[in-house]
Amino acid sequence: MTAEVAVLGAGMHPWGKWGRSFVAYGSAAARAALADAGLEWRQVDSVVGADTVRGGYPGYVAGATFAKALGWQGARVASVYAACASGAQAVNTARTQILAGLAEVVLVVGADAAPKGFFRPAGGDRPDDPDWLRFRVLGATNPTYFGLYARRRMAVHGDTPEDFAQVKVKNAAQGALNPYARYRNRVTAEEVAASAIVADPLRLLDICATSDGGAALVLCSMEFARRHGVGDPVRIRAVSTVTPRYPNTVLDLPDIATDSAATVEPAGETFRASIARAAYEEAAIGPEDLSLAEVYDLSTALELQWYEDLGLCGEGEAVKLLREGATALGGRIPVNASGGLASFGEAVPAQAIAQVCELTWQLRGDAGARQVAGAQVGITANQGLFGHGSAVIAAR
Amino acid sequence: MSRTHTPVVEQWFTGDGDGFTLLGTRCAACASVFFPREDSHCRNPGCPGGDLEEVPLSRRGRVWSYTDSRYRPPSPYVTDPELPWQPYALIAVELLNERMVVLGQAVPGVTVADLAVGMEVEVVRGVLHEDAERVWTTWQWRPTGETV
Repeated sequence: MTAEVAVLGAGMHPWGKWGRSFVAYGSAAARAALADAGLEWRQVDSVVGADTVRGGYPGYVAGATFAKALGWQGARVASVYAACASGAQAVNTARTQILAGLAEVVLVVGADAAPKGFFRPAGGDRPDDPDWLRFRVLGATNPTYFGLYARRRMAVHGDTPEDFAQVKVKNAAQGALNPYARYRNRVTAEEVAASAIVADPLRLLDICATSDGGAALVLCSMEFARRHGVGDPVRIRAVSTVTPRYPNTVLDLPDIATDSAATVEPAGETFRASIARAAYEEAAIGPEDLSLAEVYDLSTALELQWYEDLGLCGEGEAVKLLREGATALGGRIPVNASGGLASFGEAVPAQAIAQVCELTWQLRGDAGARQVAGAQVGITANQGLFGHGSAVIAAR
Repeated sequence: MSRTHTPVVEQWFTGDGDGFTLLGTRCAACASVFFPREDSHCRNPGCPGGDLEEVPLSRRGRVWSYTDSRYRPPSPYVTDPELPWQPYALIAVELLNERMVVLGQAVPGVTVADLAVGMEVEVVRGVLHEDAERVWTTWQWRPTGETV
């Protein structure tokens, strides 16, 4: 088991389309997290920014951008990028500095200002870039990959579009209770079924939007937390940042093909399952120990896939778990009590940090109307394109 | 004057008619196959690395999954904004010999209603788009109509 670090503060800027710079959202989230921690900015030893590719140069050096916006005070700085997994990489960078004794208090910040419509690759002719190629050659937007996974589940496990709609119904009901969520209306299965098909079999309300938002965490050593008067902080027990193993047999964004498994036998578990397993091993717990999970529901069908990849149920049993109500608030293992991406929309570099903010509030008992009763251990999970695993386990 | 046929990506496919194939590469040391082609180094971590030789991929495979694109994809996908958007199907095809899944567009006219997971399809040459000077060619998947 790896040594733990404490979560002293969590803060967010509400998700939405606010028309401001990512710097504004990140700075607001950072100030909220510092206030939550009861610390002044000048007490921070190190700042780690999760980059955005949509903010020009300041987005590529997000750590320094936020440090300057908060007022240069000489802190150590790092900026990391791992697509949707950027936030987990930032948390892990902060944790590593703390456990190595390089810093006692680290501020982690991620924020994005998303354009309208589909995400698209960076400009220019770049035939050596798989992300450029999948748009140029196939027009394969992110939702088409979500559609492929959903159809595959329908064929292999018998899931139906009505099952997928129930994920949205659940998450919308939970998001309605979260003041940081962008979408705060309940949604019915009929409304999902009446929304336009984007990538068959998925409809608009099956697929997460892209949003503006910002999230921040103040992490510190257990010793600093005690000196600061917090004897029983939320603790980060594991951060999984694993990569796939060759041959990767699941078609992942932005790839046009999987690896060939003709000469090397694939591992017995998929990449996504390995992300969770690495986190469980590091925390020395199993899925049966979880009180809640925050997973990356880029689509409704992908949330179901995560149930299986996290070991919340067996393969093909996700719909049963959902239909039993086990993953709703009040159920055995609530998933996306925050409302998930269904209620937030994706603000890429902020999202994995926001997942940890939710765990923090839940484990402290501060989650208000969406509180998971008696929450003690939570996991977050996501996957960044180009092979980035991301899972965080936090406990109280 | 006839316009030049230009592959959308060089050296990813070759031939025409029944001779059309996707082109991958195969490691001479471990026999791993790569598509899109790897030309610099074998990516099998257990392989010391061998010469990468061009190899045609199987022409037929089975539908692993499929979807479609109901909205106009953004650039660099080339479309005519003057014309109404026509959705097309995307098919992920499992090649049994290579044990890999390769994504591609369906031939024009084939919609998701015509497809099923497990159905046999074959690769054919298709047109991605045309401009004043060139016809940009690509690979497409077409149902064979044969029961597997």
